[in-house]
Amino acid sequence: MKSKIGARVGSRRPIKMWSEGGSFVKGVALGGVFYLLLSLLGSFSPNAKSGSEDLHQHHHVQAQSNDNLKQLSESQTQELKDQVRVYCVIMVQPKILVYWAAAVGTWSKHCDKAVFYTSESSKALEAVDLQERDGWARLCKALKHAYENAGDLRWFFVAQPMTFAIIENLKYLLLTKDPSEPFYMGNALKSGELEYVAYESGIVLSYEALKRFVGVLDDKNKCPIRVNRLWKLSEDKQLAMCLKYTGVFAENGEDAHGMGLFNGKSLDALIKESMKNNPKNVVEGCCSDFAVTFNGMTPNQMQVMMYGVYRLRPYGHDFHDLLMFDPPEGSDND
Amino acid sequence: MKSPGCRISFCMGFMVGFLVLYLYLRQVGISQNFSVQPIHKLVEHNDHQRHEEEEEEEKRWKKERSALFNLKHPHHSDEDSRMADELYKKVRILCWVMTTPTNLQTKARHVKDTWSRHCNVIVFVSSVSNPDFPAVGMDTKEGRDQLYWKTIRALHYVHEHYSNEADWFLKADDDTYVVVDNLRWVLANHTKDEPVYFGRRFKPYIKQGYMSGGAGYVLSREALRRFVEGFQNKVCTHTSSVEDLALGQCLEKVGVLAGDSRDTSQRETFHPFIPEQHLTAEFPKSFWYWSYCYYPISMGPNCCSDLSVSFHYVHESNMYLLEYYTYHLRAFGYKYRYQPPTPLGYTSVRSNSKDDDAAAAAAAAAPVVANKENKADSQEKEQKEGVNGDKSPDDPPPAGKQR
Repeated sequence: MKSKIGARVGSRRPIKMWSEGGSFVKGVALGGVFYLLLSLLGSFSPNAKSGSEDLHQHHHVQAQSNDNLKQLSESQTQELKDQVRVYCVIMVQPKILVYWAAAVGTWSKHCDKAVFYTSESSKALEAVDLQERDGWARLCKALKHAYENAGDLRWFFVAQPMTFAIIENLKYLLLTKDPSEPFYMGNALKSGELEYVAYESGIVLSYEALKRFVGVLDDKNKCPIRVNRLWKLSEDKQLAMCLKYTGVFAENGEDAHGMGLFNGKSLDALIKESMKNNPKNVVEGCCSDFAVTFNGMTPNQMQVMMYGVYRLRPYGHDFHDLLMFDPPEGSDND
Repeated sequence: MKSPGCRISFCMGFMVGFLVLYLYLRQVGISQNFSVQPIHKLVEHNDHQRHEEEEEEEKRWKKERSALFNLKHPHHSDEDSRMADELYKKVRILCWVMTTPTNLQTKARHVKDTWSRHCNVIVFVSSVSNPDFPAVGMDTKEGRDQLYWKTIRALHYVHEHYSNEADWFLKADDDTYVVVDNLRWVLANHTKDEPVYFGRRFKPYIKQGYMSGGAGYVLSREALRRFVEGFQNKVCTHTSSVEDLALGQCLEKVGVLAGDSRDTSQRETFHPFIPEQHLTAEFPKSFWYWSYCYYPISMGPNCCSDLSVSFHYVHESNMYLLEYYTYHLRAFGYKYRYQPPTPLGYTSVRSNSKDDDAAAAAAAAAPVVANKENKADSQEKEQKEGVNGDKSPDDPPPAGKQR
């Protein structure tokens, strides 16, 4: 057998080498193309950078600078303070009682009205029991309840339990905005063609926007409450779709320098990110001086934030803000 | 085509092609998501950036004799910092930071980029000199047993070289965060000629108490002079390596008083731990802290003054976090509950009314007159009863505190 193979090889060698060479070249070519494809696919990943580029297509809602406020009279500023009062819609669950308690004991004291909406009641804490397991249905019911119980409040802020909000800075953003116009603001993101406000960093709705939402709610074609599992979007995207049908669009909340005010991460996480990305300018590169929300804050971190925002300050550095907000009554950590 | 030889060559070719393109593209930098640029241009850009940053740093500090002299006191564009500026000129603070050669880039650097920018002069004290950072070497070894030697040498060094550049001399660790503006408020009602020092007061071992090393302590110029003189006269020696206690013993011997650094609501300003612990932690009853504090301890919201001066065990990211909380993040228009009294002899130019000019003029006139009267009264009081660190001229001085 061996000799036979040897004979065969001998006679076909030149042809074989040629075809082997050919295979080699084909291999090189295919290997290169394969690598190119891999690297292209690898670099294609929806990350924060591309998200922020897309933000330029959103509407930008910026806070007023103090200069614009200088021309207002005494009665006008009081009217302004009344107009920017906020109804906080805080979505909680008994299984995360400690976060619920943290919100009660910290930032929510600065809301003009803070109502907690729960999936099931708990003896420990007071809340509106929606008796609803489904997240989207809960949000719908909570918003409807808020609309019906708004009284003369005209701004609505929807928060999750691990979110910390600085309500005074929210009011600063809302100053001179008319709540009878439809406003839907927060950290605006894009998913395909849909622009929506991220749930975890807080959602702001004007009275008009909420009114339109309630009007279209449970319209089977536009804004059904019960959605088939297959078509289920996250709650914040679902809300955006409903609002879109009524002509209300998401806007990104920013300060006068264009820095986002609604943060989906904790302050600690953002500082650490900034240490990596802007090592020479960590603090200014991190977050706005007038940040409205941070998410993922533990109850202890919330107490520290109460101290850091409402108490700790450097003596002799004063600000003459033309609207003054009083500290809440019966509170000792602010 | 299907023969084994062909298959092998194909596979080899495939691998070669894959590798070649991987190496080539990596060279050009595509795998890092940069646009395709020739490499030398990328290097140039980085150099330019570094040069800009260095220039920026040079404008902020004047490096002289291994210390940094602050040229630019940090400000916000829309703030009224007249009071802070006045205090900056009148209450000059030299901050010296205890660090080590290994900690220069991991810890001291963050101090340099954050709170030390608010000191008038800053000296980084290490065991070995590093002229680039800059840090001064005390020619000791590192370690807890060398701590008091390092402190003794640092105090002598600072006294010898910078005695005239500052009124107060603050010691901090490279994991202490200090709000220097608040330190100026605490010290504003005292002078550099008083033999006094401030910090988080501890009570054991020494009659008048002593100041915690970790929370930072600050000596008046006179206190520093007496410390150095004490060593010259052999009244003070290296007694132990427990730096804060040994220092406290020496200072008591040379007649330097332990001051009360609490605010006018009796809240502590110097803190031996991070804010989270003072605000939320539940220390066990056996913890040393309970038996060490000179004044009654408060945990929770009453733990800490709004005008806190220091926190300890502050690690890297926490330095920036505290800087953000102190100097940046605020609640628009919020009326603070605690309204600290203006230090004596300083004009109060704060006004909340819309008619800024008229109100400012009125406000400026009234407190100055009142302050002059109060100043005369309180100076008399102080001369009679000795310095006791009281902030408000209205409060009766605490009984039984003075020798």
